[in-house]
Amino acid sequence: MTIDVLYFAWVRERIGLPREAVETQAETVAQLVDELRAREERYALAFADLSALRVAVDQDLTEFDAPLAGAREVAFFPPMTGG
Amino acid sequence: MAVRVQSQPFDLGAEANAFAAAQKGDMGAIVTFTGVVRDVAGGLQAMEIEHYPGMTERALAQIEAQAHERWALGDVLILHRYGRMQPDEMIMMVATAARHRRDAFEAAEFLMDYLKSRAPFWKKEHTSDSADWVAARDEDEDALTRW
Repeated sequence: MTIDVLYFAWVRERIGLPREAVETQAETVAQLVDELRAREERYALAFADLSALRVAVDQDLTEFDAPLAGAREVAFFPPMTGG
Repeated sequence: MAVRVQSQPFDLGAEANAFAAAQKGDMGAIVTFTGVVRDVAGGLQAMEIEHYPGMTERALAQIEAQAHERWALGDVLILHRYGRMQPDEMIMMVATAARHRRDAFEAAEFLMDYLKSRAPFWKKEHTSDSADWVAARDEDEDALTRW
């Protein structure tokens, strides 16, 4: 399946792009992260510490063990600082 | 339901007046809160706010819906800017209307606590020689536990 993967704030800067289409067979967010980490050093660096990251699947905050079945969009970003 | 996400500045007085004018009947209390760009360490030239279009509106609408479930409210307004702002510019505002002030105050605090750490906004501070993402504070996450 193809998933749109989005990056925000320092995750976007570290990886060097705001979004990309990723062809994957990953069943969970964590498996997708492992695939991305294995690509290149910049991905490995961005995903080095998952406790510093948050993830949303189809625009809802979720956990890294969340399933990806049917997902269209996955976003990775640091903890939010609005207000 | 009123959630607005925009880059352009807003007129706090005009927003507050329009909000108040739209409340009819027995809405005896209106609370507004405004967040302003502050120069914490000195030397701040600009604050840049990034957001996640689509999810931002969705998250804010969910937070607003939760407030309506918990308190007896009239209208609620959540207005949040993104893009580049100067020190002292207004970043965001919330307004709540209720029959009684306690509901209006508590709902406004709830909205603020949740949107700080559950709506997808990220702040970056620009000084003359650096640009740093603002780190989330543990206190902001802890603030959610009281609700």
